[in-house]
Amino acid sequence: MASVTDARGRSCPEPVIMTKAALAQRPDCCEVLVDNQTALGNVTRFAKNQGYAATFREEGEFFRVSLRRA
Amino acid sequence: MTEKRNLLIGGGLVGAVAVVLVALGNPANMGFCIACFLRDIAGAVGLQRAEVVQYLRPEIPGLILCAFIMALFKKEFSVRGGSSPVLRFAIGFIVMVGALVFLGCPYRMILRLAGGDLNALIGLLGFVAGICAGVFFLNRGFSLGKTVAMPRKTEGLVIPISAVVLLALLLAGGAGVLIFSESGPGSQHAPALAALAAGLLVGAIAQRVRLCMVGGIRDMLLFKDPTLLMGFIAVLVVALVGNIITGRFNPGFLEQPVAHTDGLWNFLGLAAVGFGSALLGGCPLRQLILAGEGNSDSGIAVLGMLVGAAFCHNFGLASSAAGTTPNGRIAVVLGLVILCLVGVMNSGLAGGKSKASSRSAKREA
Repeated sequence: MASVTDARGRSCPEPVIMTKAALAQRPDCCEVLVDNQTALGNVTRFAKNQGYAATFREEGEFFRVSLRRA
Repeated sequence: MTEKRNLLIGGGLVGAVAVVLVALGNPANMGFCIACFLRDIAGAVGLQRAEVVQYLRPEIPGLILCAFIMALFKKEFSVRGGSSPVLRFAIGFIVMVGALVFLGCPYRMILRLAGGDLNALIGLLGFVAGICAGVFFLNRGFSLGKTVAMPRKTEGLVIPISAVVLLALLLAGGAGVLIFSESGPGSQHAPALAALAAGLLVGAIAQRVRLCMVGGIRDMLLFKDPTLLMGFIAVLVVALVGNIITGRFNPGFLEQPVAHTDGLWNFLGLAAVGFGSALLGGCPLRQLILAGEGNSDSGIAVLGMLVGAAFCHNFGLASSAAGTTPNGRIAVVLGLVILCLVGVMNSGLAGGKSKASSRSAKREA
C-alpha cells in the first residue's frame, strides 16, 4: 500500500517539500496528487533527482504521480 | 535535460531582449525591470506623482497578455485563488518596498550585474539571505493555505483585461488621462510597439519555461536542484556579453545608472524581496505570469506591488541615485520584521495547531 500525499491546491514549492517529507517517512514508494503542470513538473523532477521512477496519470482535474525507487 | 536546455535558451533570450530594449531607449541597466515598470505605471495612472518616473511601460501589460494567451493555447489557463489574498497583497507591497530601496527587482538585479554595477552584487548577497530566511520557514511547514478553483472564469480575466485597457490608453497617446514624464528615467523608453513586442516575447518565454529569479536559488537551497538556476545564469551571461558588445559594461560601484552605493540598504532591500518572494512562491516576474494564467492569488500580489510602488513615492520610501531615504530604511526594517512574523505565524513555529501541519496528513490508499 503506497501512502498518498495530497498536494492539490498547494503553491510552489510546497508540493515538492511535501513529497520530500513523504519519501523520508516511506522511502520505497509513494503517490502524490497535484493539480497543476508546474507542480507535476517539479515533483517529477525532484523524484528523478532522488533516484525514483515517476509515472503519472490524469484523473479529471488532477494528476496522480506514482514514485517508485528506480 | 530538456528543461535545463529550455531554461538556458529562454533565459538567454530574456537577457538579450533587455539589452536590445536599452539600445532602443530604455534606461541603462533597466532594459526590463518589473518593479521599476510597475512603479512607472503607478505614476502614469496618477497613483504616485513623482514626475521623473511616470510612463505606461507596455512591457508589463504585454507580458501579462502573452502569458494569458499562451496559457489559453496550452490549456493551462486555470482560474484559482483564495490562498490568503490580503496577506499576499501585503507581502507584494513589502517586496516592492525592498525593490525600490535597492532600485530594481531580481530581474534588474541581474541586468545591473551584467552592466558591471557591483552594488548589485551586494544586493545579490542580500537576495540570497532573504531566500534563506524564506526557505527556513518553508522547511518548517510555512504555507499561505490552499488555492481552490474559482466558480467562474471571470475572476481570472480581470488582470488580462486590465492589461488590454492600459495598452489601449497608451496606444491612444495617453487619451488625455495618462501622465508621462518629461525628464528622468520615466522619459527614457523604447518605442511603444517595440517595447510591447519585447513584453509579449518575454511573457511567452517565461510562461513556457517557468522562468523565476527566486526559484533557482530557492531550489538549490531546498533540494540541491540547479535546474531553475539555469534561467538566472543564462540571463546574466547573455546580458553581460550583450553589454560588452554594445559598450555598456562599466565595472565598479560608483556612478552606476539609476543606482546608489548604500551597501547595507542594497543588501537589506533585496533581502526583503528574496524573503517575500520565497513566501509568495515566486519572483515579481513569475507573479505577473501566473496572474496572466488566471491565478488570482498572484493577481492580488501584483496589485499589492502596484499599490506598494505608489506608496514608495508618496511616502518618500523609494531610493534615488542620490541614495536611500530615512523613511525607506524604516520601511525595509518594518517589512523584514513583518515577513518574519508572517513566517512564524504561518508555519508550525507559533505553537498551536497550524493549518500547515495538515500538509503531512496522508491517507492510506
